[in-house]
Amino acid sequence: MTDAIDKWRSTRRRFLAGAAGLAAAGGAGARADNAKNLPPNIANWTRQLGAGVGTRAYGNPSKYENDVIRRTVPWLTATPESSVSFTPLHQLDGIITPNGLCFERHHAGIAEVDPGDYRLMLHGLVNKPLVFTLDELKRLPRINRIYFLECAANSGMEWRGAQLNGCQYTHGMVHCVQYTGVSLKLLLEQAGLKPGAKWLMAEGGDAAAMNRSIPLSKALDDCMVAYRMNGEMLRPEQGYPARLVAPGWEGNVWVKWLRRLKVGDQPWFTREETSKYTDLLADGKARQFTFVMDAKSVITSPSPQAAVKQKGFNVITGLAWSGRGIIKRVDISLDGGRNWRTARIDGPVFDKACVRFYYEFEWNGEELLLQSRAMDDSGYVQPTKDALRKIRGVNSIYHNNGIQTWALRADGEVENVEVN
Amino acid sequence: MSRSIRLAVSAALTFLVLGPAFAQTKKETPRNYGVGHAISTEQIAGWDIDVRPDGQGAPPGRGSVKDGEKVYMDKCAACHGEFGESAGRWPQLAQGKGTLASHDPVKTVGSYYAHLSSVLDYIRRAMPFGDAQSLTNDELYAVTAYVLNLNDIVDDKFVLSKDTWGKVKMPNEGGFFDDDREKTEKAFWNPNPCMKDCRGPVKVTGRARAVDVTPDEKTQKRGVE
Repeated sequence: MTDAIDKWRSTRRRFLAGAAGLAAAGGAGARADNAKNLPPNIANWTRQLGAGVGTRAYGNPSKYENDVIRRTVPWLTATPESSVSFTPLHQLDGIITPNGLCFERHHAGIAEVDPGDYRLMLHGLVNKPLVFTLDELKRLPRINRIYFLECAANSGMEWRGAQLNGCQYTHGMVHCVQYTGVSLKLLLEQAGLKPGAKWLMAEGGDAAAMNRSIPLSKALDDCMVAYRMNGEMLRPEQGYPARLVAPGWEGNVWVKWLRRLKVGDQPWFTREETSKYTDLLADGKARQFTFVMDAKSVITSPSPQAAVKQKGFNVITGLAWSGRGIIKRVDISLDGGRNWRTARIDGPVFDKACVRFYYEFEWNGEELLLQSRAMDDSGYVQPTKDALRKIRGVNSIYHNNGIQTWALRADGEVENVEVN
Repeated sequence: MSRSIRLAVSAALTFLVLGPAFAQTKKETPRNYGVGHAISTEQIAGWDIDVRPDGQGAPPGRGSVKDGEKVYMDKCAACHGEFGESAGRWPQLAQGKGTLASHDPVKTVGSYYAHLSSVLDYIRRAMPFGDAQSLTNDELYAVTAYVLNLNDIVDDKFVLSKDTWGKVKMPNEGGFFDDDREKTEKAFWNPNPCMKDCRGPVKVTGRARAVDVTPDEKTQKRGVE
């Protein structure tokens, strides 16, 4: 671990040296203008034919956007098959995450499931054990829902203070897409629940056969078995061809490559809900079954990977979400939490989905400490990191929804900082 | 009240009480779409691998600590270390007792796991990493017994099976409690959070750049399609 950190330190120093050079040449990351393309001259793309239809049978973003990618923190984990990649939140807007940019968390790599051989088994305390093919799932009545999905360990590296310099790394284990699929209640009704049924175990078909226990009350409330995201079939990284959707609950419960649902009368206490995804408190005791993701928000731009380029009129933007319901309000502070003003929410506001907020302001080059604070319709207010630590200590790993602080410096660079 | 009026009132009350209930029952009868098909016991058995704390689901078979040592050395020690101490950054399986309340908690089978089934169920479904569900039931019991032995939970002569399941006492069995955030974190619910002069002077106490562990993102780009 120490070796890994040392290695990254030296890499990081080289990067910073390079970035300083760019800044001196006229703005970090800015590409030099090519006068040939600017008025009064006529750009090449205005004179020449472009590529024909069908040359991009499945379209990709512009080649100029090739830095908009999921990124990893290699020293975090022993192997890429059981690891995480992060959503580039700082490069996105609106509330929907593009499918190819949704963060990944796998426990045994990406299972490549043949849809023809896909089976969903439903058994246990049911009247009639059933198995569904993918085609059969698609023949059942469909629902469409937009939900956020956040890994319980999102911001988990920040419990002891500012560590990773970029909201992709501090907050990028969240995404928000539209799911199409079948209501889990409807599926369970097809098998018929037996008396005594209280819990459900969901199990993946990957080489970790990831399994979690879910109270039946949640399963019958708003869970679904989804096979599409944003209109197209689930990506393999997101559990193709079918995954569990557990709105507002920690991502680990949303079992991917779902192969089995078993109904029981008590929880299973699987490894993923005992040794992992339990929240160790300062006294050495741990909370278990902390399913709900509390209200959280983050300013995605400006942020360490998205510096402010110009003085004058600028836009602060970010995302807010709550596993307890609907985001009612987001406040912004420019002075590290002393004073707050209400941000403007724009775009759709859905239950247990990301909402997009904006705060427009004049920046005159003064140093600012930017924060955002989300509130949901249960009345929950996103707490400061210190308020969380006071109750939980710093060993929890999971469920860090504390208020993030970005320091905007006079040169427009932004840094992840911790405030008193 | 005349008898006929009493009857009428009684009928009305009956309707008020039972009527909607009947209507609801009828409405809630779930529709059977006739989609999905029956599955045989044999088919279920091939996938039905989960094991609960009370031993429900535990397969037939048995394995000794001694036999488990061989399985462990062949299939587990390369990542988890010969004594469960971990090789590199792979999960540590042993030691760590008494560290949970410290600054550096070490979560292992001995120090953190509350249930034997969590260990056995996980090994059964996910281990060895990259060769999942390859152990025989006897190997599964044996290697689980060995991991327990590495943690001084069972002695060298212990044989794990359904019969001895109940004899295993996990040291941190009482270490967990159900989510209580709505009680212990009640202060976070606040209809009118402060907007002006909410705190004293703000000082920066830590900087990510000083920690300097962020990956160099210029090296990560989308490939050429």
